Amino acid sequence: MEKRALFSSKILPYALLLPQLVITIIFFYLPASQAIWQSFLLEDAFGLSSEFVGFENYRHLFGQPEYYKAMVTTVVFSTSVAILSLSCALLLATQADKQLRGGEGYKTLLIWPYAVAPAIAGVLWIFMFHPTLGTLARPIKAMGIDWNPMLNGKHAMTLLVLSATWKQISYNFLFFLAGLQAIPKSVIEAAAIDGASPLRRFWTIIFPLLSPTTFFLIVVNIVYVFFDTFGIIDAVTGGGPAGQTTTLVYKVYADGRLGGDLGGSAAQSVILMIIVIALTAVQFRYIERKVQY
Amino acid sequence: MNKPFLAALALGLATSTSAFAQTEIQWWHAMTGANNDVINRLADEFNASQKDYKVVVSYKGQYADTLNAGIAAFRANNAPHILQVFEVGTATMMGAKGAVKPVYQMMAETGQAFDPKAYLPTITGYYSTAKGEMLSFPFNSSSMVMWVNRDELKKAGVAEIPKTWPEVFAAAKKLKAAGHETCGFSSAWTTWAMLEQFSAWHNLPLATKANGLDGFDTELKFNSPVHVKHLQTLVELQKDKTYDYSGRASASEGRFTSGECAIFMNSSGFLGNVKANAKFDWAAAPMPYYPDIAGAPQNSIIGGASLWVMGGKSADEYKGVAKFFTFLSDTDRQAKLHQESGYLPITKAAYEKTKASGFYEKNPANQVPLIELTNKEPTENSRGLRLGNMVQMRDVWSEELEAALAGLKSPQAALDAAVERGNQMLRQFERTVR
Repeated sequence: MEKRALFSSKILPYALLLPQLVITIIFFYLPASQAIWQSFLLEDAFGLSSEFVGFENYRHLFGQPEYYKAMVTTVVFSTSVAILSLSCALLLATQADKQLRGGEGYKTLLIWPYAVAPAIAGVLWIFMFHPTLGTLARPIKAMGIDWNPMLNGKHAMTLLVLSATWKQISYNFLFFLAGLQAIPKSVIEAAAIDGASPLRRFWTIIFPLLSPTTFFLIVVNIVYVFFDTFGIIDAVTGGGPAGQTTTLVYKVYADGRLGGDLGGSAAQSVILMIIVIALTAVQFRYIERKVQY
Repeated sequence: MNKPFLAALALGLATSTSAFAQTEIQWWHAMTGANNDVINRLADEFNASQKDYKVVVSYKGQYADTLNAGIAAFRANNAPHILQVFEVGTATMMGAKGAVKPVYQMMAETGQAFDPKAYLPTITGYYSTAKGEMLSFPFNSSSMVMWVNRDELKKAGVAEIPKTWPEVFAAAKKLKAAGHETCGFSSAWTTWAMLEQFSAWHNLPLATKANGLDGFDTELKFNSPVHVKHLQTLVELQKDKTYDYSGRASASEGRFTSGECAIFMNSSGFLGNVKANAKFDWAAAPMPYYPDIAGAPQNSIIGGASLWVMGGKSADEYKGVAKFFTFLSDTDRQAKLHQESGYLPITKAAYEKTKASGFYEKNPANQVPLIELTNKEPTENSRGLRLGNMVQMRDVWSEELEAALAGLKSPQAALDAAVERGNQMLRQFERTVR
């Protein structure tokens, strides 16, 4: 089958591409190149003086133990959020895919959290889990756990993972549900007639047929945790306690905006950019091969 | 359409055209609660007092957020006219020549009557050059005091307000035994209380070169045995919440007004909120000290904030700002501000007036920060602080304090790391302001 689209005019394809290209250049290539340039400068917060320092910002960055700590934090945070939100969403989607009374209502409710802004989501979770004010912190304390996300890094991280996951479940749920509904019923019914249990039907038929969706969601979720969770971190922990919830992207913000160290912050963004490009490339090159379309 | 509506419409049009001729003065601030009301009232009063200028206030978050918002706005050529910057941002603003308009210069250019000697030197000293030129306008200066809940102290069997640290620890233990399980004592602004004010109050250097006042080539010194021992004690007490950490800034100050923490160190500017929200017999007392440290208590240092005028505005706009500052310096207004908010009076006349009126006898809490600041002749260690990158440094210090309080690091290791990481930032600042 011919996949190429044929245009009679030579200008039309470019004209159609133009809006997308303009957006990419203005919102990606320009700021990215600015960040690369900035990462070689040493500047004061006001931008009144600047000096070209070559790779010094990078050397300084890799000399900081805090930077490696932020890397580890990011890996822990992103894998927990990705695994947790994907598995919860898949479970909810398979259940919502069944014939249920009032099923549409459940589906709508499950999608709502996605509409909540990250900072608002963060504040909601603080109110629930604040060590002294939180309504849900009391039962936890009653169970004998000394719940204190203000000083205990593990508690703070748990709180962050929960709030970031909660927000992302809706998105994953929507895609999983669409994916499930696209699986032909006849295949599943045939397996059922052959005597395959529901669990077996799920793992041998549904899960493999969902793999394109799952793969897409893994990529999107990693990008989400790397960049979009910033608002939640800022609202819930501010990177603390003792920097134990400072992820790479939060450190970019903390050093650049709060600390006024724009060169160091730009160097971090450049590295972050490289990491995400590499991750996405690896995902498309190796994992995508195992995906059945 | 009915007649009253048309009349209202006409009135609206009339007032909006007259507003059009006014020059707007943007004032970005960081005040919440009772102090926010004070700011709004000051702007309203000024706007009602004359017709040419209109001060427009915007709340920009906590102190650090406000400073960063101002810096970002300056880079985008959109800075406000007046920016409220907290004390620790002073070195950053002083280093930003060209971004700010020195107050003494603005006052001279706009021909406003301005006598720097009318202001209290203990306060203006912070915001002036070595030659005594005032760079920013002191607005809400404060110091750190210890707020106590007398009702709860009595219930716990503590008759006297504790004066020394050992007495505070003993009182906190009694409070804990009497039902304050989650908090014996605590503080807002932990680094300000436990490192910065602590050093000045015990006549210990926080940094060399008179804590940075004598030059940007200063080095941090707060990993001394006294500092380590104090942090060690706090770490021990944190384990059973005889001391309980309340975060880096003042977001948890409600722990005092709600009655949870009966001993709480916070800015003297907390007064407005305490008056409005504390439903118990409260008092302010000087910060505690260790009696075995020679010379303690020394004197406290200033906190709070001053108003910086941003550069690049028109002559007419500066005239408006200058008029507003003259308006703020009015003796009656200053005296009233001081008495209501707990911030210090900035002019000598306002201080004398408050003293002469017998106000302090009835309201001892207002005088506590003044007593602390003037307790002794300031030394190299207690004149003040001027450290570059201080806003970011405070976060780093807080990180290390949190690591110690959570038991992740020993107090010595935490303070060593705080000093070492802070010194790196000082060196970087030194390079960018050169």
